[in-house]
Amino acid sequence: MIIQQISVFLENKAGRAAEITKVLSNEGIDIQSFYIAESSDFGVYRLIVSNVEAAMAALRKAGHAVSLTPVLSVDCPNRPGSLTGILELLASHGLSVDYMYAFIHGDINRAIIRSKDIEACQKVIIGAGIK
Amino acid sequence: MIWNPEKECMSREQLHELQSERLVKIVRHTYDNVPMYRERMNAAGLTPDDIKSIEDISKLPFTTKKDLRDYYPDSLFAVPRSEIVRFHASSGTTGKPIVAGYTAHDVENWSEGTARCLTAYGAGRGDTIQVSYGYGLFTGGLGAHDGATRIGAAVLPTSAGNTSKQLMLMQDLGCTGLCCTPSYALFLAEELEKEGLRDKIQLKFGAFGAEPWTENMRKELESKLGIKAYDIYGLTEISGPGVGGECQCQDGTHLWEDMFYPEIIDPATGEPLPEGKEGELVFTTLDKWGMPMIRYRTRDLTHLNYSQCACGRTMVRMGRILGRSDDMLIVRGVNVFPSQVESILLEIPEFQGQYFITIDRVNNVDTFDIDVELREEFYTDEIAQLHRLRDRLVGRIVSVIGIKPNIHIVEPGSITRSMGKAKHVEDKRKFK
Repeated sequence: MIIQQISVFLENKAGRAAEITKVLSNEGIDIQSFYIAESSDFGVYRLIVSNVEAAMAALRKAGHAVSLTPVLSVDCPNRPGSLTGILELLASHGLSVDYMYAFIHGDINRAIIRSKDIEACQKVIIGAGIK
Repeated sequence: MIWNPEKECMSREQLHELQSERLVKIVRHTYDNVPMYRERMNAAGLTPDDIKSIEDISKLPFTTKKDLRDYYPDSLFAVPRSEIVRFHASSGTTGKPIVAGYTAHDVENWSEGTARCLTAYGAGRGDTIQVSYGYGLFTGGLGAHDGATRIGAAVLPTSAGNTSKQLMLMQDLGCTGLCCTPSYALFLAEELEKEGLRDKIQLKFGAFGAEPWTENMRKELESKLGIKAYDIYGLTEISGPGVGGECQCQDGTHLWEDMFYPEIIDPATGEPLPEGKEGELVFTTLDKWGMPMIRYRTRDLTHLNYSQCACGRTMVRMGRILGRSDDMLIVRGVNVFPSQVESILLEIPEFQGQYFITIDRVNNVDTFDIDVELREEFYTDEIAQLHRLRDRLVGRIVSVIGIKPNIHIVEPGSITRSMGKAKHVEDKRKFK
């Protein structure tokens, strides 16, 4: 399914990531998964959180540059080959992945996938009977 | 050695006469041929008949860099376009450059000035002069080139860049003179040291200009390169390098007053200041016909010394440039105005108008860093898009200003806003 990922622009300076996590923890928001993409001067902190609206409001209020990006959350059982299956399926439809990361919570194992054509990815995944 | 003793050593009385005679002619020429000068003199209640000697110069209105922009590209030219044989351009205060046009006579006078400088440094026939100033619109390369040709020296026109080739040719051809910015010379010196080539070069002198430098840099250049390091001064609006230069005494930069008449004014009031006082340098070109400049405000702050120099020249000596009366920066020899950066940012909708420029000198090379902010909605998740925006800004700045900045996209609101006049620049280099 498509879910909303929060992207926060961060300069590469000591303590910047901690500012973000503090804003969220002060609001009682749980970070369920994250991924930091880094470049020479800046990074983009990508977050999947328990309450997207509250997190966006809190981060905006604290003056951060935030945006929402639709990403695909796909069931990816904890066994060899399951991620390969998903990626090969997307590739066979000519869909490329921009980036991805893992979401593991107890027994739940999901892959978070970002693609330019997220709607098409969702169709292919659902069509293959994957949740 | 003196290139033109008749002029360079003429008595102050004779010089005064020559300056008066030339001023009368050039004022008449600009009044007759350039609408801006005519309108301004009319507005001041002046006609060319009111200008009888050099003393009358302070009656005339000033000319500024803004005028060169407003009358872009050639409305300040005072001759038909068919008389122009050369153009150069330098950066203006915004996106538009300023253009200078020269007649054959102007180019000849310019090289006369540069020839005087090079001769004062001890150069002549038999010397091989490496010109590492950029060739092109910038006046440095061709200006030094023409002067070196005029004195009968051999020119090695390496232009700027490609350091390893520069050093190889300097060594293999036994160059005896080097013309470039002092910071590039220091960079070359350190490379030579690293490669252990210090003893393989035959340099005797260096002609350094286009950016401010200090006595400490002189000492460093002289010891590292085993040369005498001399200042050369000039600006595109007045001609180019060779408006003045130091002599063997290294005690001030002689200005070629028979061609370029200097004044020092109070930058706030425009009033001429007494001899020796520090203020803004103003030039009137006394023998330049393509684009004459009447009382052009250089914005360079310095002082003038009219006492007789031990070298025998009678021409006035200018002290070191101590700063600017505007916000122009000179970075790697290139003029940079913060307002240029601002006007480029305003052209690109994704960027805010906020910026902060940091200039420093690392390993003798000027660094040029600009912090910028995006408009809120353009802080995207996509790193490649952020890089594209950054590269677009770099490309625009390179094409307008001529040097490449390091652009840093920073978080929104992180550039300090201030009430009143915002501080947009920190120059960490030490020139004093």
